[in-house]
This record gives sequence, C-alpha cells and structure tokens, in this order.
Amino acid sequence: MHELLTPGNGAKLLLLGNEAIVRGALEANVRFVAAYPGTPSSEIIDRFAQLGDEAGVYVEYSVNEKISMETACAAAVSGVRSLCSMKHVGLNVAADAFMTLAYVGVKAGMVIVVADDPSLHSSQNEQDNRYFAKMAGVPMLEPSTPEEAREMTIRAFEISEKHGIPCMLRTTTRVNHCRGPVSLGMLPTEKPEPRFEKDPFNLVVVPMVGRKLRLALLEKLERMREDAERSPFNVVSGGGSWGIVTSGVSYLYVRDAVRDLGLEGRVKILKLGFSFPYPRRVVREFIEGLEKVLVVEELEPFHEEALCVTAQEVGSFVLVGGKGGDLIPRAFELDVVRVKRGVSRFFGVEYEPPEVFSIPELPQRPPNLCPGCPHRATYHSVKKVFGEEAIYPTDIGCYTLGLLPPLRMADFLICMGSSVSTAGGFSKVLDRPVVAFIGDSTFFHGGLPGLVNSVSHDHRILLVILDNGTTAMTGHQPHPGVELTPRGKVEPKVSIEAVVRGFGIRKIATVNPLQVKKTQETLERMRSELQAPGVSVLIAKSPCPLFENRMLGKKQKVVFEVQPDCDLCKQCLEELGCPAFVWEGAGTAGECVRINPALCSGCSVCAQVCKSVKPRRIDESGGAQ
Amino acid sequence: MTTMGEECRAVRIFFTGVGGQGTLVATRLVGEAALEEGMPVTLSEIHGMAQRGGVVESSVVVGDIFSPIIADGEADILMAFEPVETLRALPKCHSGTIVISNTVPIVPFTVAVGQSVYPSHETIYSLVMERVCKVVEVDAVALARKAGSDRAANVAMVGVLAGMDRLAISEASWREALSRVLPPRLFDLNWKAFDLGRKCGSGS
Repeated sequence: MHELLTPGNGAKLLLLGNEAIVRGALEANVRFVAAYPGTPSSEIIDRFAQLGDEAGVYVEYSVNEKISMETACAAAVSGVRSLCSMKHVGLNVAADAFMTLAYVGVKAGMVIVVADDPSLHSSQNEQDNRYFAKMAGVPMLEPSTPEEAREMTIRAFEISEKHGIPCMLRTTTRVNHCRGPVSLGMLPTEKPEPRFEKDPFNLVVVPMVGRKLRLALLEKLERMREDAERSPFNVVSGGGSWGIVTSGVSYLYVRDAVRDLGLEGRVKILKLGFSFPYPRRVVREFIEGLEKVLVVEELEPFHEEALCVTAQEVGSFVLVGGKGGDLIPRAFELDVVRVKRGVSRFFGVEYEPPEVFSIPELPQRPPNLCPGCPHRATYHSVKKVFGEEAIYPTDIGCYTLGLLPPLRMADFLICMGSSVSTAGGFSKVLDRPVVAFIGDSTFFHGGLPGLVNSVSHDHRILLVILDNGTTAMTGHQPHPGVELTPRGKVEPKVSIEAVVRGFGIRKIATVNPLQVKKTQETLERMRSELQAPGVSVLIAKSPCPLFENRMLGKKQKVVFEVQPDCDLCKQCLEELGCPAFVWEGAGTAGECVRINPALCSGCSVCAQVCKSVKPRRIDESGGAQ
Repeated sequence: MTTMGEECRAVRIFFTGVGGQGTLVATRLVGEAALEEGMPVTLSEIHGMAQRGGVVESSVVVGDIFSPIIADGEADILMAFEPVETLRALPKCHSGTIVISNTVPIVPFTVAVGQSVYPSHETIYSLVMERVCKVVEVDAVALARKAGSDRAANVAMVGVLAGMDRLAISEASWREALSRVLPPRLFDLNWKAFDLGRKCGSGS
C-alpha cells in the first residue's frame, strides 16, 4: 500500500507539503488528476502517478499546463472532482483556459494548485500568482504548513463545488518542500457518478454567453467573499494597538518574530488563509482602533494594496507599512531575520540581527550535466561545426546547463518553447546561422506551434531536438515520445520524427550524439543545407543514462582511462567539461589529467575526441568503483 | 556533553552536502526520529538540481519554532557532509553552534579543471573553529565502509549527531525512524553505520 493511502486512524505522517496536498485531495474524493511536472510542484503529480491505480484515481502527465487544466476541468464539469497542479509559470501557459474557466465554472469541485517559487530556486522568474486569482475572479487559499495544505485542499474542493468555480490553492516552495507532521483523515470509498448535462448556453462561451457569465461571476465573487469573511482560515491572534497582516509561510516568520522581539501583547496578527475574494469586513474590524499595521508577505504588495483600499473605504487613517521604506523586501523569500528587521523598524523596537560570519571566496559548485550525458556530446559536436558565430537559442530542461563554461552553448531563453520561435525571429534579422536547442519533453510542451510557424514562414534555422527519452530535469516523468518503461522498450505513442515529418519538414536527420564522428558529419551536411531557406531538424537521440539505468538496470561494462601518452593539451577539459575529468599536480612534474572511475559512465565520447583515452573492462568481481 | 532541559528546547539543524550524498535521507531520518519522540518538528528541502552535482541544503527545526527555514546566524547544529561545504555554510552558524563535518572532500568540477583551488584541510577547519563553539571532524566514509558500504556515510553522520545527545531522542525512536526511511534489506548495514557514528559522537 502506498504510504499516502494509510487509513485515517489518528496517526500522523511526516509529509512534504506536496504530499499533504495529495492526501487532502484523496480525502476529498478526487478522482481525476492531470499535470505537467515543474519544481516545486512535481511531487504532487508524481505521488498521484504512484498511487492512482490503487486509489481509483485517473492520473495523467499532460503535455503542458494548459492541457492539464482543460482535461481536468472536463472531469469537474462532468461531476468528477479533479485537480491540476503546476509551477507558477505553468499558470502563464494555462492562463487562457484559467481566465474563461472562471466564467464557465464546474459542477464538481476542481482545485488548481499553483506553486510559486520566491527566490527562483528552480525557475526563470518569481512572479506572484495571487494576482492571477484576482484577475480571473477565482477564490484562493494560501496554506502556511503541510498540515494546513492538507486541510485547505479539502476545503478548496468544497468551496469550488459550492460556488461552481475552480479554487486556487496557492503555495510557495517553502510549503511544497517543507516536511511536517500531517494528521490523516478518513478516505472516502464511494465513487462519484459522472454525468454530463447538455447546456450549451452556459457551457459554450460565445459573446452572448460570456456577457451573461461575466455578470454571474461578479455576483459569485460577492457570495464567495461572504464565505471568506466567515472562514476559519482568516484568523486573528494576539492583541494590542499594533497589527500585522500576513499569509502563507510569512505567517510562520511573523509568529517567531513577534515572540523573539517581545511584542506579544502589543501586536495582534491577522492571518489570511482564504485570502481572495478579500475579506474586507474581517480586515476592517481588524484595523479598527489600531495605530499602525504592517503587512508581511513575500513578493508583491498584494495584501498591502487591498488593505489600503479597505482602510480608505472606511475612512481609516491607520498607518500602513509593507514593501516601501526598507521594511519588507519585495524580491526573494523572507526568513525570520528579514521579518524581524522589518517588524522592529516599523514599530520602533530594538533588534540586533545575528552576527553573520564572513567566509573567503570558495570554489563554486554549480550544477553540471552528469558524466555520460548525451547533451554534452551534442553540444560539443554542434560547437565544432557551427562555432562561435552561430546564435544558439535554447530552452528549459537539464540541457539549459549547457549555458555554463566550458560548453557555453546557450544565447537566449525566456520560457518553455521559446527556442524555436525566437530562432525564427533571429533568422529574419541576423545574417548568422541560427541553431536552436529544445528537449523532447519541452518540444511536446511548447515547441510544436513554434515549429509549425517556422515551417510556414521558411525560417532558415536548424532545430536540434535533444531527445533523451524522458522529462529528466524534474525527475524522469514520461512524455508522449517515451520508449523506455519499467516493462522494457516500447513503441512511442508519438514519434518525434514522425511529427516533424508530418509538419512537412524534409531536411531531417536522427543521430546518436554519442557517435561523435557520424554526428559531426551529419551536422556538416545540415550546415550546407542551411544555405537554402527552410527549417532543418536534427534529432539527437540517446537516453538519459540515469533514466536508462533505472528503467533497464543496465550494468556498465567499461570505464575510460587517460593513457601515459597524454600530451596535456587539455582539450578534454576545455571542450567537453565532463565532471569525471580531474586535472592534477598543475605546474609539477606529476601534472596529469585523470578520469575518476567512480564518476565515469563509460559513454566513450572522450575516447572519440582524444586518442590518449582508452577503455578498460570492469571485472566482474570488484568493478572499477 | 550537553543534555536537553525539561521542556523541548528549540534546536535548528542545518544540513549541507553535495547532490548524491544522501543528505535529504539524513534530514528525513532526524525528522522521523523527532516525530516518533513526539517533538514538534519541521523539515525543509530544496529539490530540483540535486542530481546534477550541485550543493544541496536542507534543515530540521525541532521544538517550539514556527519558521521552517534557518536564517543566517541561526543554526544551532551544522551537519556538513563535505569540508568545503562546511565552510560555505559558516554564515548559517553562530558562536554557540556545534559543527559535525565529514572530512572527505568531493572535489568540485571547477577545481578538477583548474579554475579554482580547493582550500586545505587546515584552512577550512581553522576558519570554522575560530567562530563556533565546537567542531567534530568525522571520516564518515570510513565509518560507513566499516559498516559495509560507503553509501551509508549519511546515516553514520546522523549517528554522530545522535551520539552527541543534543536531541533527547531515544534509541527506539532512532531505530523506528531508520526502518521507516530505508528499505528493510538495508536496515542492518545502516544501523551498524549509525551505531559507529553514535560511538564517535558520544566520545567527542
């Protein structure tokens, strides 16, 4: 039995926030889950994929966030509770569906989990998605802890179902990836009866329907606001003539700060959990009689602005502090020290921040493409053939790490799928070769429309599809082109090559990038083909070695070694940048380049690049490790 | 040796290491043991880049504290799985911090290719010792090897922490936690590594 299906017997499990959301959804009888993985939300769909069959929940890894939202909303419109989850930028992809789904609504509860990433731990920006809830008019809950994430997930289904509108559960990295004790409630056993009633004049959004639904949504907003006013998630604690309004993980920092600064009894705290529609009455009552109020929240002044409007409505002159005046920083996540600093400054109490020890400059340890990663081989070959002159738009995945030296094979990136479309644009204004890189999963996620666009406009580009057979960066989730499964090798549901051919592209080649000479010869040919207008596609196909190992349990047969005839040219270090390579004894007589056998994956690329590298068989007994 | 007072005093433990060292399993192990002991506990992890050889940081906060993460200058215990990472995490420490540090280096790629220099053992540990109250240097890999596998170094590190008795966690809770975090076939080996670490920690 999966841990998250443990019967509710009063026991507590130590769960990630993401796992607590899964548990809450199961307790709320979710039966349909769809998502595209993305840090910090991935464990939600991953856990569902592990337990779906056992729990009687339909689970799919959708090709992108928009598709996941649309798929899941169809279930909820048919009376089946559904959930979709995404990282914050995923909501940009799904925004088209999100904005109008708020009009059309749902019949059974639907929860949309949106995981923001303050401090950009694993993201390209730190947008504050609470504005999306406000823009769409969708109710929003903001949990602070894993325990609360479970509880709010259950309530989110109820709110959604009651008002016939999806409910957004807005988390941040420190909720998703915190692990805390979570109590287990009962798991339901009754299965919902799916039912679809034809109702085109409410479900098919043409302008006349949209106008009616727009007005209905505004009425809904007021009814939902009434629920927010009475919600136990909007709670006041403490007392005094000063106030703090906060939400999400910031609430936790506030609690510690108020205690540590000796402000208990002087400050009352309003924690907003059901935070949109904004509970104006709760806030009005809270600020009544207060001298000053500080709003402590991560990222944008979302609650601060709402508070100012509410104060103005009742003619309150309460002094409001927040993002301005060096109090609560707007960029990056908060911690208890940052919050104490803001609280002490605003209320004028003493605080001495802890002394922070300084350290000398240390060797950096950036993440790196793994030893044996086929992307390294592809980048090496493309660089050999196209050099520094070409422009290299790239995309989002492990291969974005090709940005770092010594490869330096990334020139432009904004979002999922931007490699192809920006390449098209570059090709029209620059008289330089344009070679774009996109991963297999990202190709399906956001690359297809851009490629069709480039074909139809004869963009002179070479698109290299880095096909490692999995969604590697987020933890090896499947996609439509997957060939390796725990049951062995299968035909892909959607072949990338067939798709590309179907778009009418004729200049196509598929290579194994670990075969260096063949790959470079193919690239030479494709470079000359770029003289004529039109799109060329190279599919560099070789499985992610970590994934292949996990799926097929293949044993490594050889490791590679640098032979004594090495002339120390160091091209291996300067061009390949494989982490298994070590340069030792610089400037001494014993100077040498060595391959760490514990890291070597046996991919053989280095041996094809340098004649001084030779394989050694791993003997059966001890191995090379 | 320090022991806990009557009430559950707050302890903030910061973990740092390199992707692949099993720091997240170690974090989980401490968290499960604290939960088993009935202490309030919160863990915080950063996922995503762990497999690509980058720095992995996590934390365990035990006792009556709300904040799930540890700010600079706040860690009471630093569990550092690698020497240079010990020094990199020094800003998390205060003058009363206890540092448990695995002395086996994992050379960063930037050093391997000659872009930077790995500081000497003396440089690292003298800088750390100057600042904090206590540094326990452990060859966790040797302990793990003695138990049967280098890979159990993470559990040996937790053993050292247990041996220092800063957390009032019973042997039974540690055992229960270990059996919850690892598959049964790995229990004996890891318990041995834990025990070797514990002896090392209590002797220090």
